[in-house]
Amino acid sequence: MPELMIEGRAVTVAEGTSVLAALQNAGYRTLRHSRSGEPRGALCGMGSCHECRAVVDGRIVRTCVTPARNGQRVTLLTGDHAD
Amino acid sequence: MRTDAPVDIAVIGAGPAGLTAALHAARSGADVLVIDAQPGRGGQIWRGAHADRPGPATTLLRELDACPNVRWRGQTEVAWVEGDGTHRELILSSPEGLSRQPARRVILATGAVERFLPFPGWTLPGVVGAGALQAMVKAGLVVRGQRVVVAGSGPLLLAVAAGLRTAGAVVLGVAEQAPMVSAARFGLAAARLGGKTREAAGLAWALRGVPYWPGTYPLHADGDGHLETVTLRRGGRDVTLECDWLAAGFGLVPETRVAALLGCALTDSGAVRVDAWSQTSVPGVYAAGEVTGVGGVDMACHEGRVAGCAATGQIERLSDAAATSARHRAFQTALDTAFTLRPELRALPSPDTTVCRCEDVTHATLRGQHSWTEAKLKTRCGMGTCQGRVCGPATETLYGWRFSGVRPPLVPLPLSDLLADH
Ligand code: FES
Repeated sequence: MPELMIEGRAVTVAEGTSVLAALQNAGYRTLRHSRSGEPRGALCGMGSCHECRAVVDGRIVRTCVTPARNGQRVTLLTGDHAD
Repeated sequence: MRTDAPVDIAVIGAGPAGLTAALHAARSGADVLVIDAQPGRGGQIWRGAHADRPGPATTLLRELDACPNVRWRGQTEVAWVEGDGTHRELILSSPEGLSRQPARRVILATGAVERFLPFPGWTLPGVVGAGALQAMVKAGLVVRGQRVVVAGSGPLLLAVAAGLRTAGAVVLGVAEQAPMVSAARFGLAAARLGGKTREAAGLAWALRGVPYWPGTYPLHADGDGHLETVTLRRGGRDVTLECDWLAAGFGLVPETRVAALLGCALTDSGAVRVDAWSQTSVPGVYAAGEVTGVGGVDMACHEGRVAGCAATGQIERLSDAAATSARHRAFQTALDTAFTLRPELRALPSPDTTVCRCEDVTHATLRGQHSWTEAKLKTRCGMGTCQGRVCGPATETLYGWRFSGVRPPLVPLPLSDLLADH
């Protein structure tokens, strides 16, 4: 079972989990803020809306099409993610 | 940039249409490459399908795995296309970077995306697409014990509600914007097609006890920083429900961006135009499944077979195809008629409701524009990361615009990938 670091916190998820689902299960639904400061979370779940962007191992990716892997480091694009 | 060995057939999309097309193409002996943005095969409907796990796609996947001339690449998307019919190269983007893939023929099986409609509060975290929530659950999202309202339009809502229920969610109800009489008429059309009856019975079992509200649509979603309640209009009354998720999808829209890059002509309803042999307006490019018009999984498989055979010159295997196609088209028409979007949905956004989520462009700004192109130039609507994939179909419904004009690359590329080329 992959163990990844989300915002510096270790999280273990089931095999086959997307990084997005790992984030959501860990309580992060707000993944970023829009230009005008609206909180935003994932919308389409299949790679087309780009609302689920986050930094995984130094690269900005769409977390919904990124499988969770052991040792991954995930950071959000927002500083304020208390959700 | 790495250049891979040419393939006879590149299949873009690994859902029912793409996988079926790949299998039938492979039977001619051609070498076939299947690519998809998702890490696994199955597309949206068979997401998570696996050759050694029982499911509707198991046999198909086993047969494909037994073909040495079929290769599969996940997490891979077409970024742009170079060349023409005689020498066509797909530039593929994957986590390893960019690569060049020459392909003699292309079968487009890019499926459809959900249509999202803006209403006040639709940008709150917790408001997601209907198919989207199903996809998230299949990708590991835990919804056990969480309250979900499913809203929007089309038969997908029922499948989503059933899936959520099976995953342990508390589905508070399914709000279908179409009136009861339409939904009932659709049921009859589906039953006449045969094969669908059993499917319907399975759904009914999974959905026992879940309220179905025809003629109902979301008015607004509210919450402090994330979704807390949704208010639905049902008949003349407004009902507010507390929930953790609002799964809202208003039908499906063909995903035609790769087709547009290749220069394929579209129909008036925005699907890729194909002839009886799945040939698009561009020689050597075929299309199958929802990208040619939304009609469900059986139709997608049928079209995949036609495209796979036609693209590899196995026309003699398609003697029965025309009759089957006609039957599926009748079903598709019934679907479209039953779930026509009601005009009230166009009045949902308030002036300050965001319509273009990437660039935060509001309804007040957009309704003063005259076309998609004008809106793009003057307001940046559709110019953000999603390139109009969310707001395009929404503005089509809200303002009657036809969105167009894809520009490569179709996926945002890290500069390092582009620089690695030089
Ligand atoms: S949720 Fe839309 S791209 Fe990931």
